Amino acid sequence: MTVEGESADQLWVDDHAGPVVRPYAVTRGRARPVTGTFDLISLVTATRAEVAPEVGLGPEHLAIVGLCQRIQSVAEIAAHLDLPVGTVRVLLGDLAARSLVQVREPQTTAGVPDNSIFEAVINGLRAL
Amino acid sequence: MDYGHSDRPAGAAPLPTAIKILVAGGFGVGKTTMVGAVSETRPLRTEEVLTESGVGIDDLSGVEDKTTTTVAMDFGRITISDDLVLYLFGTPGQDRFWFVWDELALGAIGAVVLADTRRLSDCFPSIDYFEGRGTPFVVAVNCFPGARQYRLDEVQVALNLDPGVPVLLCDARQRQSSKEVLVTLMEHALKTREARRRAAVGD
Repeated sequence: MTVEGESADQLWVDDHAGPVVRPYAVTRGRARPVTGTFDLISLVTATRAEVAPEVGLGPEHLAIVGLCQRIQSVAEIAAHLDLPVGTVRVLLGDLAARSLVQVREPQTTAGVPDNSIFEAVINGLRAL
Repeated sequence: MDYGHSDRPAGAAPLPTAIKILVAGGFGVGKTTMVGAVSETRPLRTEEVLTESGVGIDDLSGVEDKTTTTVAMDFGRITISDDLVLYLFGTPGQDRFWFVWDELALGAIGAVVLADTRRLSDCFPSIDYFEGRGTPFVVAVNCFPGARQYRLDEVQVALNLDPGVPVLLCDARQRQSSKEVLVTLMEHALKTREARRRAAVGD
């Protein structure tokens, strides 16, 4: 499978075709990421505009880097690539270990001293 | 969809904070409809594959030869500001997927329990779950055409809710109505948080 000259969309975002490769083949049998936990709403952004194919990076890794030129949550990456979340976590772990993505774990409101997030969400929703 | 490279130098700006709200309730009550009504994108679907590590939690009786199960969750996104993104997750409808609920509920600001007055008991498990976890929630009665309209206090009594839990009518298809449900939830979550803080200080 080659990624060059072929967009990630063409490879993966065909709902009718379903996944081309079994999820565990994509991760080469690994069930857990080498680093990180990757909550469903952890936000991910690529640290580079492009990544050349290299040993240990498959087309799905490159597709994630392509997607994450815009900030995406783990859940969004999984949905756009039509891969199970667990598979995406493993791939993100590989990318994080190579510093190809930056990850922000979600905010827990319990850890926030003031009510600013609540107020921002209430005001933001009203303004929609 | 356009995933082209943006002009923004990747990784230059600090990443925003993400928070989540859950939309729960029985099968077919309108969870994905509500997510779609307020989301800035069409609802997306993500899947968790349940494998061996989860088999002990999941009740597979009757399907013992099945080794993996896929649980789908629909979700949407509302960008509140440059540094705050709200995600709405529809919870999987079946009780056997509680393990996914635990992951979803972790860190959730609150939950909307959607109810259908024709099948009110369908939302009991959701209410029990959020009460047990102490997750702030509101009950939104989705007004289906042709369903008998009940008064909100009747629903409150029928669900045996704590009087502090807001109950409101909604039309999950309508953006404005769904927005109001979310605002009510956020106000309730804020009130709950302040009450808990006062209680903690008082002790």
